[in-house]
Amino acid sequence: MAPVATPFFFYLLSAIMLIGGIAVITRKNPVHSALALIVTLLAQASIYLMLYAPFVAGVQIILYAGGIMVLFLFVIMLVSIERSMKERQFNSQWVVGMIAATALGGLFIAVYTKGTSIFPDHALSVVEDNNTQEVAKMLYGQYMFAFEIASLLLLVAIIGAVVMAKKRI
Amino acid sequence: MLAAHNSGLVADMETMLHITTLHYLVLGAALFLLGVIGVLTRRNVVIVLMSIELILNAVNLNLVAFSRLWGGVHGQVFAIFVITDAAAEAAVGLGILIAFFRNKETVNIDEVNLLKW
Amino acid sequence: MGAIIQYVQSYLSSDKTPGAAGNMFWALVYIMLVFGGLSVAVIAMNWLERKILAHMQVRLGPMRVGPHGLLQPIADAIKLLLKEDIMPAEADGFVFWMAPLIVVLAAFTVFVVVPFGPTHAITDMNIGILFMLGVSSLSVLGIVMAGWASNSHYPLIGALRSSAQMVSYEVAMGLAVVSAILMTSLNAEGTGTLSMIGIVKAQLAQHEWFIFKFFPLGLVAFFIFAVAMVAETNRAPFDLAEAESELTAGFHTEYSGFRWSLFFLAEYSAMIAVSSIAVTLWLGGWLRPFPNMLSGTPWDQIFSLSPGVTFLFFAAICFYNTVRMPKHPLFRIQTIGLAGFGVVLGLIGLVLFVPAVSGRVQDIFWFSAKVAGFMYMYIWYRGTFPRYRFDQLMQMGWKVLLPMGLGVLILTASVALLQQKLWHP
Repeated sequence: MAPVATPFFFYLLSAIMLIGGIAVITRKNPVHSALALIVTLLAQASIYLMLYAPFVAGVQIILYAGGIMVLFLFVIMLVSIERSMKERQFNSQWVVGMIAATALGGLFIAVYTKGTSIFPDHALSVVEDNNTQEVAKMLYGQYMFAFEIASLLLLVAIIGAVVMAKKRI
Repeated sequence: MLAAHNSGLVADMETMLHITTLHYLVLGAALFLLGVIGVLTRRNVVIVLMSIELILNAVNLNLVAFSRLWGGVHGQVFAIFVITDAAAEAAVGLGILIAFFRNKETVNIDEVNLLKW
Repeated sequence: MGAIIQYVQSYLSSDKTPGAAGNMFWALVYIMLVFGGLSVAVIAMNWLERKILAHMQVRLGPMRVGPHGLLQPIADAIKLLLKEDIMPAEADGFVFWMAPLIVVLAAFTVFVVVPFGPTHAITDMNIGILFMLGVSSLSVLGIVMAGWASNSHYPLIGALRSSAQMVSYEVAMGLAVVSAILMTSLNAEGTGTLSMIGIVKAQLAQHEWFIFKFFPLGLVAFFIFAVAMVAETNRAPFDLAEAESELTAGFHTEYSGFRWSLFFLAEYSAMIAVSSIAVTLWLGGWLRPFPNMLSGTPWDQIFSLSPGVTFLFFAAICFYNTVRMPKHPLFRIQTIGLAGFGVVLGLIGLVLFVPAVSGRVQDIFWFSAKVAGFMYMYIWYRGTFPRYRFDQLMQMGWKVLLPMGLGVLILTASVALLQQKLWHP
């Protein structure tokens, strides 16, 4: 289970993710943004595999890339985007937005440089052979209540989406 | 002097080559920042919703990185719940978008200003 | 030279897949083999579909291009490669170009975890079946992109219908798969597995193919999956979105030449992929029929003759048809070609009798034979059933298959729990 060429894959995948993220927020055409987000999500699934979390990677591919992004693409096709592509893309308070984001970035840098001592540099050798079984034990054991509430949340979301998108209420 | 300079460079390369939890956290922070910029600066509602998905993914990356650091799968279970949550929120958000588009024929959030004084 | 032979032999006697052993060279060799085998299978499927459909419709099918049309797929491939590459004027260039790429990538990446034998998989992921279901659902994205980028009504409606159908039947497929995975946990430790090789090993350990387990629950789950997989791959009788008489070929209307052949390649690969899932989960993967009733060395030896016998049977059919060819000078080349093809098949059959080769090929042969049976069923459905209307299609997916899947899941879980409590208290 020794990782093969980990730094190479990490930098490659993080470059893909960052370029995809920048493409999401800067493209004029929402379809291109959605495609860039799909690329980012798939690269993130690969990073989950590097972190020895194969079940979360599988869930990410099925739910996020194969479900949520299909939903986004359907909605983009339903709303006409030609008019929105001719308008101005960035709103009038983009300066304040960038200042706020820079402040947040500064906060992150401050936390990560001051607090590196709380991330001990040992990596436990987690065997990935029964990751699914471990997650299943947690989900159906300790987090059973949260599991049931998540299913209730999904039911509420389905009813809400159907009501919002109906023609006559 | 040259040896000290050399060791500094070698030490930098070593930090770059040995992937620690900090690397994943920095990547997650960068994605989070990109999502925040997207939410704050774009006018198209669909792209704002996609930026929110970026933010949620950055959070997931942090959770799974810490789960790897501390050994248990609690972080991964939490990440699965976050993904479920994101699906529900995307569905409802896009439903609202469709209802809004049906009324106003535009996907520009600057035009959602009926309550503006 | 000796070192190379030793290296090859040292790998051939290992008991791990190349992915588990971390061996890049053998992983690459396996990838090349799977890719090559898949291409040959798609070409063979093209010819088989046209001939078998034709014979079901009491006509002959392609007969001219090679002996009995055997070179027809090659002629089709050359034609598609040489055709003009048209892109609609207002089409979104980048998305138009990416769509067939995504569909082909999704259809081919699935084969990384397909188990042709206990160590004959490229890798054995812990989440094998989850990976297969997830990556095959990425092809929906490619179809939506193809319909959108063509900038025309028929492809857009075809793509929306196609993707709605695929997403609906994925739910029923998932429930049937969960029922089968439940059955893998009926062992001493009480834990199942999602890995494809683990599922077949569970069937081996429980001495029963999952299609016969808890009769009729395994059979109903298999039936749900068999119907859902035909709908998932947009094949008859669920091919409203791409039938010629309905929407002028649906989402791939505006694609011509090589791009269209990519969609076509992806469709056949997806068919083989979901058939592999069905074979692995319910029909015992690479296990030979009757391992327990007809066990012991003599039966093993008889069954191990099957690959060679199959190829010799095909060679015999070729020779019989060679004798039946018209005795006209213009048919001389075709007669010689067919006889040559028969000789090649016979030689392959004879090689497969050699014990060293036969031992390694057994698993791959039984797996491929079962998948070939599924391919024949696909062609049979196309020749037999009338097409479903779209609302009937969606109704069946949500109102019939989904409740059946839920019912089978609950019943399977209850019976499994009862069995665990009663037999191992």
